[in-house]
Amino acid sequence: MVVDPMILEGAIALVKIGILLGVVFTTVAYLTFMERRVSALIQDRLGPNRVGPMGLLQPLADGIKFMWKEEFIPASADRKLFAIAPALILVPALLIFAVIPVGGEVTIPAFTLFGLQIQETTTTLQIIDLNVGILYILGMTSIAVYGIALGGWSANNKFTLLGGIRSSAQMISYELSLGLSIVGILMLTGSLQMSKIVAAQDGFLDWFIFRQPLAFVIFVIAAFAENNRLPFDLVECEQELVGGYHTEYSSMRFSMFMISEYASMVAASALMATLFFGGWHMPFEDQVGPGLVTLYQVAGFLLKTGFFLFVYIWVRWSLPRFRYDQLMAIGWKVLLPLALLNVVVTGIWMLV
Amino acid sequence: MELYFFLFFAIVAVASSVAMILQRNPIYCVLLLIMVMISIAGLYLMLDAQFVAIIQIVVYAGAIMVLFLFVIMLLNLSREEGGVFRIQKPLAVLLATLLFLPVAAMIMSYAGGGSTPPAAGGDAGFGEVEQIGTLLFTKYLLPVEIAAVLLLIAIVGAVVLTRKGTVSVGE
Repeated sequence: MVVDPMILEGAIALVKIGILLGVVFTTVAYLTFMERRVSALIQDRLGPNRVGPMGLLQPLADGIKFMWKEEFIPASADRKLFAIAPALILVPALLIFAVIPVGGEVTIPAFTLFGLQIQETTTTLQIIDLNVGILYILGMTSIAVYGIALGGWSANNKFTLLGGIRSSAQMISYELSLGLSIVGILMLTGSLQMSKIVAAQDGFLDWFIFRQPLAFVIFVIAAFAENNRLPFDLVECEQELVGGYHTEYSSMRFSMFMISEYASMVAASALMATLFFGGWHMPFEDQVGPGLVTLYQVAGFLLKTGFFLFVYIWVRWSLPRFRYDQLMAIGWKVLLPLALLNVVVTGIWMLV
Repeated sequence: MELYFFLFFAIVAVASSVAMILQRNPIYCVLLLIMVMISIAGLYLMLDAQFVAIIQIVVYAGAIMVLFLFVIMLLNLSREEGGVFRIQKPLAVLLATLLFLPVAAMIMSYAGGGSTPPAAGGDAGFGEVEQIGTLLFTKYLLPVEIAAVLLLIAIVGAVVLTRKGTVSVGE
């Protein structure tokens, strides 16, 4: 029996989503491990090294521990919102991955599985190539505010409420710079589509880091603020707010907040690689054999993403936190004008 | 397939707007309104208008409703007090009926088979960013510029209103 092409397309999409989710969750689990080991390295300690060889099974032990913890809901909390807030932040963080291209086109050869004949098909290593890819990403990051704000509000605790309010103000402020920093790239590419942005960077010197260096700096700073990572983690500032918006959370709900924080870090790193460092394009592509080119490109993309994840951790354990007024001043008085300047300069450069 | 998606988005939109009006807790009202926005974005998506759908989410669900939520959380508004809306209720019923009449008339005219609504995605590139951008900067250039100036005035006005007392130089 020959499989209908439409069903085949759907099945391939499902397989891609499954693989992507698996990779993202594994990366998130090992990112927490990497964070602890790198922080230990920076602070001249050993870090977790007891569970399994070199402590490699530590994320598994953490997961089991989270599941067996008591699920505590404060008596005065709004139970419904308290329950859905972690999901509201996790879902947008995962949805971003749908438009990130991991590699170019792949051809699946024809084969037979359980009596089903599957024809030769070509597919891209990207779940969906939206015409408005960049806007979709900005939309998802803007929706992610609700999880934090509602998580802070629903616990009915002054510290969590302050954390939630800080986060909504911070994320709205830095979304502007985040969006405006990409405008230069959109002007040069002439499209909002992720595949076209990657296609515009096929040569090594075409990478947008060389053509839009200022935009890259603004994007990285704004992305750090959007993810509430140090030096912008006033949302969960331990010294002032106990634990910020997730103070009252425990067990798997707390771990969902952690997973979504790390998942959005992975998404932001993948975006930095895609927008500024050529996506899956690598130098010396044409010298790699035809069978290995896709593997080389995907590995290159993962390597770039991994590097930015390391930068995230590196910065967190090296820099102190900003004051809240400094945070707002940087966002509105420095980053926003610089992003506008970048748009103007790009426009002039394109005309000349 | 398309019908099921339409029914899903339409039912979610209508149900959440009704629930929003009946709900007394302002935070839930905001959340239900966001659900309305997102399901309307889904309807736009079904009409092949990807750009409008995403803008609906970015602008309404992502920016305006966050501000609503922010204000409600900051003022810690709890349940709305009864008795405030006395004249508004009959007035609202009257206005809603008046507004519904032209819509009903339109629906009836289509139901009669007189004319069919234009099919979505007729020409290639319909609803894409390029087309909307070209239209905005050629045919509708003047309205766009006027709207931009209005928004700028609104921003300056907001800044002036929130600045109390004299403006200190070098602050």
